[in-house]
Amino acid sequence: MTFPRFATIAEMRSALASKTISAVELAREHLDRIAASDLNSFVTVCEDDAVATAREADGHIGRHGQSGLVGVPVAHKDVFCTAGVRTTCASRMLAGFVPPYDATVVARFRDSGAIMLGKTNMDEFAMGSSNENSHFGSVSNPWDVTRVPGGSSGGSAAAVAAGLVPAATATDTGGSIRQPAAFCGISGLKPTYGRVSRYGMVAFASSLDQGGPMARSAEDLRLLLQHMEGHDPLDSTSADIGPTPREADRVGLRIGVVREYGRDLDARLAATVDEAAAVFERLGHERVEISLPHTTYATAAYYVVASAEASTNLSRYDGVRYGHRAESPNDLDDLYARSRSEGFGAEVKRRILTGTYALSIGYYDAYYRKAQRLRRLIRQDFLDAFRSVEAILAPATPSTAFEKGALLAPDETKDPTVMYEQDVYTVPASLAGLPALSIPCGIIDGLPVGMQLIGPHFGEDRLLALAESFQQETDWHQRTPPR
Amino acid sequence: MEADLIDKLMRLAALRLEARERELLKDNLSKIVHLIDTMQSADTDGVEPLDHPLDGVQPLRPDHVTEVVDRNRFQEVAPEVRDGLYLVPRVVE
Amino acid sequence: MSEWESVIGLEVHVQLKTRSKIFSGAATAFGAPPNTQACAVDLALPGVLPVLNAEAVRMAIVFGLAVEGEIAERCRFDRKSYFYPDLPKGYQISQLDEPIVAGGHLDVETEDGSTKRIHLTRAHLEEDAGKSLHEDYDGKTGIDLNRAGTPLLEVVSEPELASPEEAGSYFRTLHTLVRTLGICDGNLNEGSMRCDANVSVRRRGATDLGERTEIKNLNSFRFLGKALAFEIERQIDVLESGGRIERQTLLYDAERDETRPMRGKELSDDYRYFPDPDLLPVVVTPSMLDQARATIPELPAAKRRRYVEELGLTDYDARWLTVDPDTAGYFDAAAAASGQPKAAANWVMGDVAAAVSREEAGWTEIAVPAAQLGKLIERIEDGSISGKIAKSLFKTLWDDGGEVDALIESQGLKQVSDSDEIGAIVRQVIDANPAQVEQVRAGKTRVLGFLVGQAMKASGGKANPRRVSELLQEALSADGS
Repeated sequence: MTFPRFATIAEMRSALASKTISAVELAREHLDRIAASDLNSFVTVCEDDAVATAREADGHIGRHGQSGLVGVPVAHKDVFCTAGVRTTCASRMLAGFVPPYDATVVARFRDSGAIMLGKTNMDEFAMGSSNENSHFGSVSNPWDVTRVPGGSSGGSAAAVAAGLVPAATATDTGGSIRQPAAFCGISGLKPTYGRVSRYGMVAFASSLDQGGPMARSAEDLRLLLQHMEGHDPLDSTSADIGPTPREADRVGLRIGVVREYGRDLDARLAATVDEAAAVFERLGHERVEISLPHTTYATAAYYVVASAEASTNLSRYDGVRYGHRAESPNDLDDLYARSRSEGFGAEVKRRILTGTYALSIGYYDAYYRKAQRLRRLIRQDFLDAFRSVEAILAPATPSTAFEKGALLAPDETKDPTVMYEQDVYTVPASLAGLPALSIPCGIIDGLPVGMQLIGPHFGEDRLLALAESFQQETDWHQRTPPR
Repeated sequence: MEADLIDKLMRLAALRLEARERELLKDNLSKIVHLIDTMQSADTDGVEPLDHPLDGVQPLRPDHVTEVVDRNRFQEVAPEVRDGLYLVPRVVE
Repeated sequence: MSEWESVIGLEVHVQLKTRSKIFSGAATAFGAPPNTQACAVDLALPGVLPVLNAEAVRMAIVFGLAVEGEIAERCRFDRKSYFYPDLPKGYQISQLDEPIVAGGHLDVETEDGSTKRIHLTRAHLEEDAGKSLHEDYDGKTGIDLNRAGTPLLEVVSEPELASPEEAGSYFRTLHTLVRTLGICDGNLNEGSMRCDANVSVRRRGATDLGERTEIKNLNSFRFLGKALAFEIERQIDVLESGGRIERQTLLYDAERDETRPMRGKELSDDYRYFPDPDLLPVVVTPSMLDQARATIPELPAAKRRRYVEELGLTDYDARWLTVDPDTAGYFDAAAAASGQPKAAANWVMGDVAAAVSREEAGWTEIAVPAAQLGKLIERIEDGSISGKIAKSLFKTLWDDGGEVDALIESQGLKQVSDSDEIGAIVRQVIDANPAQVEQVRAGKTRVLGFLVGQAMKASGGKANPRRVSELLQEALSADGS
């Protein structure tokens, strides 16, 4: 049988519950789709394991009925460690690395009965906005295969958008969930920093990294978040708070529109976001213009902080205990320098060197400390804004999905900072540790447009409620790529 | 960006690049520095740096041995081991 | 007097005696097979994260309170970056700007016997690195990461130590303190305390500090003294021959008794410290302080004072007993059990110390429980047994165990003080040794000792020697009249 290609998790759960389809059939069908796909969205496919777990899920459903994510196929971004399944971060450095443990997120999904079909492609070590920085090759956007899916969670976004999986995990450091979700016309949530455990999630920038779900609806995001979130004693920065509540829908919320975000925005994108604001007004909410005055410094501060943290997080890749090791090194320096230079791609090296620069003697105060001071100001901007609004509506990206090679040339001759500007609307919330989601809100020239909803710390419930009400009112999230 | 600064950064970061790669990198880094230098016009006098987005406090773990180490499993992914040791080119103190 | 004076500051890395590591749940026990105590966090596998051990924090607080330092209400961990194969993450988690303890002091004894107050700059928590084994593995170095992540408290002194002897005294005082506090096992041969020394010399009377060198990894009292003496001599030689001291890091080569520059990559000109984003600020609450304070035992200086002032011991004995906290602990228990502190001190410094050194036992594994030693002393004092019997009984207790009173009873060791019984023995001795009796009567009182000895022998050592002597003298003077 064939199952609707773009079914939501909610629809799959009821089909599984009613035994319209078995978990094994569902897994096989999705595995077939993955095999037939040429998007290059997967780095590793776990066919045998997936079918075996699906068989267990069917047993469970037979005995106890369907609950949680039992029998639901998912994919994990290849940044999450999976016991016994190689975890590469799309890097040559880790091309052969098989972790002996599961990331907390992976373990929670496993415990809730989800069927892991495989690991998705990404920008190397989650550094990039186009998924072109992958040791395993770029990923194609299912809406137009000549275009990028966004990044760094490009594989997860493309896979969900193409119906290869109904949901995937992803990570967001400066926009890596929200931007690819927008480019691929799906829904993605970056939770509050600390909401989801980072244990076993290969670190890029520790004070910014946050795991979150990608799916085809806000309703599915809510379900997935329930199975990802929660305090983890293995992560010191994991927040010790309860699960995301579900409050009654409210009307009359004040939704902020950021004055500074409108300045350089493409007129057609601006019109799309404006139309989304009008939808919220029709739903009984109020549009309020707000100002986040330090926005202009966010991209610079973000690149300093993220690169500084990354430069040390990536020092462990030295060719000694695991990972790529250069052939017959002459001495210790040679082992380090060649293993690392061969193992890392160009963008990773740029970030490591940028971070090293920002932390080195004579530059620390001017860059790293300065960026952390700006980070406080940027966070304060949001805290101030949330005194007068309950949520912020913002564009997710400055453009729709761009052509492969447009911002990144294989010979590395393009200005890397043009790519960095992709994150202009997403990095402020990252620096402030705020929850933000991206959902589809329009189509321009056949390509999806996404919008962001940003909330106060641990305010995921309201963001999801707003997104759910938007998706009841519109059908942008149900649009699918051309076959 | 000066060449000897690039050299120092590469040494600190344990990276080595070929001449062409190095030239491109120098050019790229200059552009990145140009971007991050936009911070300098911001007035941050008297602002405390923010290390963490949340004002959390470090949790403390009870002093229990919880890890059972399976050395063989950990060393399956190691490039070179002998007698349970990781091997590296000779280190001179 | 030399026209040069030396200025020394020490950085001592004290391994904290926690069961698990500072940021992971792996065991810290010494001597396990290589890499069997290095878990995923210690190996810095991708995605792992540190979580701080409460006990390491408590121990640092205890130390800070004991040296009267300031315990920071909030402190922070930083990353110190450098590449070295025994440092798996490529950075060490340490504390740069916000250490857990600031200030404090240690009072150390100087060569002339006076006490000098050495101020501490700070004490901070950090993780230990692994070990590089330089035995030849086909020309390669082997890395054992068992020690990686073991908690260290780095105790930094001000440069106030004026000689290698003072430095040694400081190191010993610190050694006694951390063992008394129960925060370090003090096993120097296992590297539980490792010392780096900053040394400079200057003309006597000069106020500016000279350029300094740092000698790394001095892991014994002896090497610390020898390395400092060598380095001070070397610096003076350089300066006197018109040279300049170069700021550098040195290693002490014990075999050649010299210092030489270190070449390893462990040294960097730029460690790029910054706050570790995987760890949040540590907040020390008043209740944590109270709990730590409650666990602080009597400190060595106070103990020594009490021994002299309250127990009436000599300063020498008090010092001897307080160098090692386990010795002091044993003494305290024996003194309390016997009610005879002076006698207990003599026993502990005499027979007990001799047995400890003969059996190479530790002071925590003494075969004779302090309560039994106390009982033994009590039985000497109350005249139940003689000192000689007590010595042999102590050996029995050490070798075979047992209970003092039961052994006295079962082996019939009870001292005889009964006048009739001793009188009979005295008579026998007088009768059996007429020549000696004559000599005594002739005024050769030294021979009396021989007769006492004969009487003791005849009693099987059980007679009260004082009573024997009294009765002998009585009998001899009576007979002679």
